[in-house]
Amino acid sequence: MSDQSGNESGVTREGIEHPRPGREAPADDRTVRRRGRGAGRGGGRRRRGRGERPMVPKADFRSYYGQPILNKPVWSATDIAGYLFLGGLAGASSLVGAAADLRGEERLAVVAKTGAAGAAVLSLAALVHDLGRPARFLNMLRVVKVTSPMNLGAWLLSAYAPAALAAAGSALTGRLRPLGAAGTAGAAALGPALASYTAVLISDTAVPAWHDGYREMPFAFVGSGAMAAGGLGLLGAPSGEQTLPRRVAVLGALTEVGGLKVMERRLGAVAEPYQHGSSGRWMKVGEGLALAGSALALFGRGAGRGRRTTGAVAGVMLLAGSACTRVGIFSAGVASAEDPRYTVQPQRERLRRRTARR
Amino acid sequence: MQYIRSAAILQSLLGNIGRPGGGILALRGHASIQGSTDIPTLYNLLPGYLPMPHAHEHEDLDAYIEADSTEKGYWAESRSYMVSLLKAWWGAAATPENDFCFDYLPRLTGSASTYDTVMAQLAGETNGYFLIGENPAVGSANAKLQRLGMAKLDWLVVRDFSLIESATWWKDGPEIETGEMRTEDIGTEVFFLPAAAHTEKDGSFTNTQRLLQFHHQAVEPEGDARSDLWFTFHLGRKIRERLAGSTDPRDRPLLDLTWDYPTKGRHAEPEAEAVVAEINGWDANGDPLSSYEQLNDDGSTACGCWIYCGVYSDGVNQAARRRPAGEQSWVAPEWGWAWPANRRLLYNRASADPDGKPWSERKAYVWWDEENALWTGHDIPDFAENKSPHYRPPAGARGAEALTGLDPFVMQADGKAWLFVPSGLTDGPLPTHYEPQESPFRNPLYRQQRNPARELHPHESNRLQPSGDQAGADVFPYPLTTYRLTEHHTAGGMTRWVPYLAELQPELFCEVSPELAAERGLEHNGWATIVTARGVVEARVMVTERMQPLRVAGRTTHQVGLPYHWGPNGYSVGDSPNDLTSVALDPNVHIQEVKALACDIRPGRRPRGADRAELVRDYQRRAGIDDETGTEV
Amino acid sequence: MGLLSESEYDDAPPRMGFFTDTSVCIGCKACEVACKEWNHVPEDGLNYTGMSYDNTQGLGADSWRHVAFIENRSGATPVDLGMPEVGGPPDAPAAAGVRPDLPPGGDLIDGEGKLQWLMASDVCKHCTHAACLDVCPTGSLFRTEFGTVVVQEDICNGCGYCIPACPYGVIDQRKEDGRAWKCTLCYDRLEVGMEPACAKACPTDSIQFGPLDELRERAEARVEQLHEKGVDVARLYGHDPDDGVGGDGAFFLLLDEPETYGLPPDPVVTTRDLPAMWRRAGLAALGLAVGVAVAALGGSS
Repeated sequence: MSDQSGNESGVTREGIEHPRPGREAPADDRTVRRRGRGAGRGGGRRRRGRGERPMVPKADFRSYYGQPILNKPVWSATDIAGYLFLGGLAGASSLVGAAADLRGEERLAVVAKTGAAGAAVLSLAALVHDLGRPARFLNMLRVVKVTSPMNLGAWLLSAYAPAALAAAGSALTGRLRPLGAAGTAGAAALGPALASYTAVLISDTAVPAWHDGYREMPFAFVGSGAMAAGGLGLLGAPSGEQTLPRRVAVLGALTEVGGLKVMERRLGAVAEPYQHGSSGRWMKVGEGLALAGSALALFGRGAGRGRRTTGAVAGVMLLAGSACTRVGIFSAGVASAEDPRYTVQPQRERLRRRTARR
Repeated sequence: MQYIRSAAILQSLLGNIGRPGGGILALRGHASIQGSTDIPTLYNLLPGYLPMPHAHEHEDLDAYIEADSTEKGYWAESRSYMVSLLKAWWGAAATPENDFCFDYLPRLTGSASTYDTVMAQLAGETNGYFLIGENPAVGSANAKLQRLGMAKLDWLVVRDFSLIESATWWKDGPEIETGEMRTEDIGTEVFFLPAAAHTEKDGSFTNTQRLLQFHHQAVEPEGDARSDLWFTFHLGRKIRERLAGSTDPRDRPLLDLTWDYPTKGRHAEPEAEAVVAEINGWDANGDPLSSYEQLNDDGSTACGCWIYCGVYSDGVNQAARRRPAGEQSWVAPEWGWAWPANRRLLYNRASADPDGKPWSERKAYVWWDEENALWTGHDIPDFAENKSPHYRPPAGARGAEALTGLDPFVMQADGKAWLFVPSGLTDGPLPTHYEPQESPFRNPLYRQQRNPARELHPHESNRLQPSGDQAGADVFPYPLTTYRLTEHHTAGGMTRWVPYLAELQPELFCEVSPELAAERGLEHNGWATIVTARGVVEARVMVTERMQPLRVAGRTTHQVGLPYHWGPNGYSVGDSPNDLTSVALDPNVHIQEVKALACDIRPGRRPRGADRAELVRDYQRRAGIDDETGTEV
Repeated sequence: MGLLSESEYDDAPPRMGFFTDTSVCIGCKACEVACKEWNHVPEDGLNYTGMSYDNTQGLGADSWRHVAFIENRSGATPVDLGMPEVGGPPDAPAAAGVRPDLPPGGDLIDGEGKLQWLMASDVCKHCTHAACLDVCPTGSLFRTEFGTVVVQEDICNGCGYCIPACPYGVIDQRKEDGRAWKCTLCYDRLEVGMEPACAKACPTDSIQFGPLDELRERAEARVEQLHEKGVDVARLYGHDPDDGVGGDGAFFLLLDEPETYGLPPDPVVTTRDLPAMWRRAGLAALGLAVGVAVAALGGSS
């Protein structure tokens, strides 16, 4: 038997009947059925955003006081955007170095191989520096884990760096040629992986601007790496050995810029950090440098003494362009993690499409 | 006060006393506030709610008993309770010949209530003060008055975990900031003694539902921290050592005390269980008692608190029992011990009808078992166990025998629930509606605005504001209420120094409705300055729709809400809202009215230094406040 | 369930987790304090936020339980209590409890209903498919025999990869310390048969601990009970093994959309797209090699 409110619990002579433990409580006075339209106090007034939130116009998504949902990366831009740049430069330079060997362009080969080795060493330094516990860097090699691009990258770098150093060492000193050849071949074989896996590294997170761009990011990254390697060659190689780096640089620049354009179109609203704010500025500068550097490399190679200088300037622009784009991509990712809109809206949209399909 | 009385009357009329789901459970201020009236820290009570004797009205034990006992009901036995208490305190020295040392008891000459004490301090009539686990510089009404009072003392002893505001006001309190007091002018000698926390000592709590729970020491206190029991015992021991051998009769009350508790450990901590045993009492053979019904008035029994008699029955610390819920009935009589006699629901006879059958089988609690001629059920009956519902007393019956089988309210002389009180209350037989001391509104029920019997303590630092439609009432147009948060406790001594709690609520904030914020230009997360005739504080602003505008007497007004936990000391600091409140007290229990007053609120931070005091004076002037304002009956 | 743990542990106990029923949360924050006390989590700053009664702001390396407070208006019709007003004109709106500036009648507008104060204790979800665990390069993050996800702090080198990988924004780096920290589901307490500190401390049993299967059943029943009582807004979150993370080891009953509480509406473990990522990277790498090779053909110009 129950009372008027439907409450069935009670105390009989035998003890408690229908006990209602706390967690089954009917959750305060929400026991109100919707009485239908017109019966309630709704008024004609819209009162949005009063109380806790300052008066804001109606938002098209909801959040918890505008707080980010994700935790943004704690990586330092210098270390990690730097590593993205250096990794791409190194990997592509190893290919250029090997190709230079095959073309007999010795000075270009030295520049490319030295550049690759130097970038590899700087990469290792940057990565160790960025660790929260740098002394524990060897823990990266405790396991081999295919679900962790960072783990596989650590192994990759561990194999690549000695090869690149051997290649560069031999090229610079002229000694130990067989070792140098082995190193060159090894670094060239691993180079493409090094230049592309970093795209997987950043895409394999919840960061909207990175994850959602995973399809195009590897192409943008190899393009950027090639552009940088080509730029290095233009900067360091003699005027007779500029053809290879020029081609690599221009192809790379077009791939990078084109890849990013396709990516941004696919991203929709999540492309905003690539187009606005400080991250957007880095991207624009990077793109500008890539295109201008390419143009200068292609069309500035007039006759005479100026040829070398123009090449060098183009080389610097291309290197700088690759670096700026990496910084832009890095900071766009951080910005996309900080604003809950970029997490909520795409997911809401996905949910809507999924329920519509049912 | 009016609400509590009204609620009691309503529940009585509804028949909701003594039944499951009925009664009134007060949500109290701290863990053992019930204990602080049972074994009282109140000036006017002895243990078990026996009154403290008055210097002139109770010249001897007979006069005292005559004045306060009743013919019928359980107060008829108050002589037994009183004599047993005196035997507990003075042991062998208490004999029938000397009225069981009744003369040794301190006597009241007037009120020594906390606010009266503050007024006495201000008048220079009080030399010393012990503050034990209390922080009046933050937690009492008119905190400034508290600090001014303490500045007139010769000595002050503060026992607490940290240097609370009541220990340091003389060097860094608000009046030092404003220049109203100067440290070099304050003659009070302040002693700070670190106190042990409840985890660092044995002892008991008495919860609001009269449930005693014993707690055991988990760790030794660090450094010089000691328990209050240690302090009290050793202070008494040292005083008695000083007085040893004295022939002055004035010293006999201290020297004749039973003060022989065993101690343990390297700090000589008194055994708390020994105190429990004394409170429980024993008979002439030294055996523990088990019920107050065993108490006698001939000196053969001793008992430190008659309502607690039974807490140590059979020599077992009943308050320390912790039988799990799954192993006993839902009433859980073996979890701790409740007074009186481990009854969990008072007046539970009222759950059964005149024939002893439960009024409702869905609210069955205790009932009459005709076959075995006793009351039985889920709890210990709060009634004579064998008294049939059909029992009618013979003529001339006294005490408990005078109550019929239909009288559940055994502490009343006639055993009935009372809807009105013919005597004993200062203001009136029935509760009614009064506006608080300060209100933006006229009392809609009566011409009598406020409680005519309320206690006021006029003082230059306790000025009151005009109310209703008096001139100047609009200077303080908003009702202000103070309250608590979950994360902090009372005056903050136990929470504002704890990082895990301080980070949950780090700053003082006020809560206002969006309408009030718009009216006064207050910004969410900004600062507000709140002013009364006593003081001014600043707080962060929380604009929230949980604060509702009020429509009263055809007018809309807005409340300001303030949690009161903060002070300038500790890890989480802020102004003290009790700087705003006044001392205006309920006439029966002298409780301060800090939950209903009036204020003004403005955006921005408050003035610093001397300007702070000047702002308050400016408001007083604008409202035309003088020493008479608000004092009208 | 397809967890790695099923092959790694012999005689593993049933998978344990949390069901946090926010409909009975009273916002007391005992869970926050109990967790910090048990796990010696540092106090992480005195910050008055003005976010209702939430000064903790969110989960992080130094906050493993976080109580959210939301003041908003539900879609439900507010109740006219019909309370008498004393002293005012007879046609005035009812007294305190209804905002006086709302004219009576009219259609209900979404979000204009009764003011509600939602409270919810958030925690690491201990996902079935945990991105943090997947991306951890040192193997520091691992899955315990209880199906929970725990950081081995003696191995973590603070690479920070787990931090942006978590779709809920739970795990974070502890400053000065350098390592990543998060809720351990009181692994040390589980190992001796005790429940986690937060569940132990929760006075309303909002935080329920137990075998995950049992909790999911209980949660379904609770949602049904609430729907029967007219609380249509009640819904479960993170309970579904078919969701983007394979269901959470710590799931919730919510009274509003997840994003209102700061939770992602449709979280997906990033690892789900990893095979596709590797394929694209492989293609791009190949393209780079081919591109350089093609550029190397032909003479100089």
